[in-house]
Amino acid sequence: MAGRGTAHLRSPDASLLRVEHLVVEFPVGRTGLVVNAVSDVSLDILEGETLGIVGESGCGKSTTGRAVMQLPPPKSGTVVYDGVELTALKGEALRATRPRLQMIFQDPISSLNPRRTVRDIVREGLDIWGIGDKAARDAKVDEVLEAVGIDPANAGRRPHEFSGGQCQRISIARAVVTEPRLIICDEPVSALDVSVQAQILNLLEDMKARYGLTLVFIAHDLAVVKNVSDRVMVMYLGKVCEVAAPDALYASPAHPYTAALLAAIPVPDPGVRPDTSRVLGGEIPSPMAPPSGCRFRTRCPRAEERCATEEPELRAVADGQYVACHFPLTPGETIDFGPRAG
Amino acid sequence: MPEPTPDAVPPVGADGNRDLDRYAEGSLEPGLVVAQANLYVSAVESGGEGRRRVGRGLGVGAWLAIGWLAFIVIVAVLAQLGVLPLKDPNRSYVACARRGPFSTDGTASGFLLGCDSNGRDMIARLAYGSWSSLIVATGAVLFGLVFGGTFGLIAGYFGRRTDAVITSLFNVFLAIPAVVLALALVAFLAGAAASTGQSSVDPKLILILAIGIVSIPLLGRITRASALSWSQREFVLAARAQGAKPVRIMLREVLPNVLPAMFSIALLGIAVAIVAEGTLSILGVGVRPPTPSWGNIIGLDRGRLKESPHIIFLPALMIFFTVLSLNFLGDVVRARLDVRESAV
Repeated sequence: MAGRGTAHLRSPDASLLRVEHLVVEFPVGRTGLVVNAVSDVSLDILEGETLGIVGESGCGKSTTGRAVMQLPPPKSGTVVYDGVELTALKGEALRATRPRLQMIFQDPISSLNPRRTVRDIVREGLDIWGIGDKAARDAKVDEVLEAVGIDPANAGRRPHEFSGGQCQRISIARAVVTEPRLIICDEPVSALDVSVQAQILNLLEDMKARYGLTLVFIAHDLAVVKNVSDRVMVMYLGKVCEVAAPDALYASPAHPYTAALLAAIPVPDPGVRPDTSRVLGGEIPSPMAPPSGCRFRTRCPRAEERCATEEPELRAVADGQYVACHFPLTPGETIDFGPRAG
Repeated sequence: MPEPTPDAVPPVGADGNRDLDRYAEGSLEPGLVVAQANLYVSAVESGGEGRRRVGRGLGVGAWLAIGWLAFIVIVAVLAQLGVLPLKDPNRSYVACARRGPFSTDGTASGFLLGCDSNGRDMIARLAYGSWSSLIVATGAVLFGLVFGGTFGLIAGYFGRRTDAVITSLFNVFLAIPAVVLALALVAFLAGAAASTGQSSVDPKLILILAIGIVSIPLLGRITRASALSWSQREFVLAARAQGAKPVRIMLREVLPNVLPAMFSIALLGIAVAIVAEGTLSILGVGVRPPTPSWGNIIGLDRGRLKESPHIIFLPALMIFFTVLSLNFLGDVVRARLDVRESAV
């Protein structure tokens, strides 16, 4: 799967965000080793679209989101947002793009400063950029707080007086206050109770409609991503496996890893025993020494010699469905991962 | 379970209220709602005002410490203002020299805590001395906080090479014995003041500078450690994503969270500085006699421990109780401010 390639990208003119050959590496201490967090990932998003990025922990999905924000900037690759190449910008020029490109984080508690009031937190973006006078800023803060379902009368309180779900609403308010066009949601519901998750997902949909947003939605929960995304990108160990519309992806996954992820979604019926033959065994390899060729081959029952030598490129298997695999699944085909190896 | 449509969302976004709304729609089990409502109520009770009360009793020890410190500070200020009915701390009553406390001897009956070897009233010396000791210790720690705090904040926020450089500077400073460094600094600063013709520079100022400089790495390292951990929080990343500049982030996002740690260590620092002032005074480079400080009262009569122990022990007790109170209070402050974090 170690997918690379740009076959899934659409016309550069149509896309709001276009990322090509993104590479992010982190040095490990002074050992000289590097963590290959993101290796040659390309993606694009049309205006008003929601792109879901899924994958297990450590697959580089959050790193991809942060690299788009240039926090920190990627090692190589280009990020073009709204016609501006962010990767070529530095200092003030890069800072000037900030209010139009925002981010929502996973941990609603950690992403709000415990020592500041909610009003200060939400108003910060307006204060930084000197947008409007004081009265206009406060009015704007009231407006977005109301839009996310927080009573502006409580805006004088500090984050610890709110629940996790409410804190995430405040984070959303902070992200939309400078009226960005693109928001990167980094696992925005993963830390929340299931009942609250649905509320936050609905709220994001509302915000999208109300403020004309385009979203990148990062999650490890396929069920969550399916409901909100127009397009889903599956990642594994810093590479792209498969890109498709959610319905096609869920109905007929072409990549063995996608199939494994789908098989791992629990069935809400205690009588149903999980089918262990369809559950992926083994551990994710170390990103410091990723496998050659296709990075998924060490866990893939279909892997052959070619997978170790030749890295698969993304290619279309159906209309709008792209997969990086030498031996993709055909529609209706299931895959047997065999007895659980340790 | 039907999710409330956006229009049905009450403007008050309490998730608990929403559950009640869903119960009203018949989409939630009654028992569940009661349980959730109870949880909600107890959450409300333990939040806000309630949270401040629960487990927040200060305890007798802390109040004793606060009481002692308040007493010392008030005495020091009032003595300095001259409103206390004290004897002149520099006047010698030769007949009473080395008289112990609670003496019933006619000539010394006015001296409740006795006199030093020059016949000066111990109470007056201690009261005026507390001003010198406190002003030097507080000034030194404030000096250390401003500079150590600034460097620590910068090191902790920027990390990497900036951190490496500043931390190694701190370590170099820490490797020099504090008292020796302070001694050298006092000698150097006094010499520098004299050579520029400013012989009237208050020796207390020199002491503040010397002890303050020594305290920079200590306070700086605490600040750096705290700033380092807070700088990795996502709200700092969020501030950067919003385009805040480093100085703004350091002052608005990181510093307010680091201040409790700085405050708590500052209380301990004042205690250490009081001892340091005493040490330097005993070594003869502290507050210059005849102006009293707790340290130089001990220093002047350090040879008379056997014959007149009260001259040594009374200022030592003042230092002891003050340092104890500050240490105790420093721990209490740290523990209490940590609660806020864990409650979040």
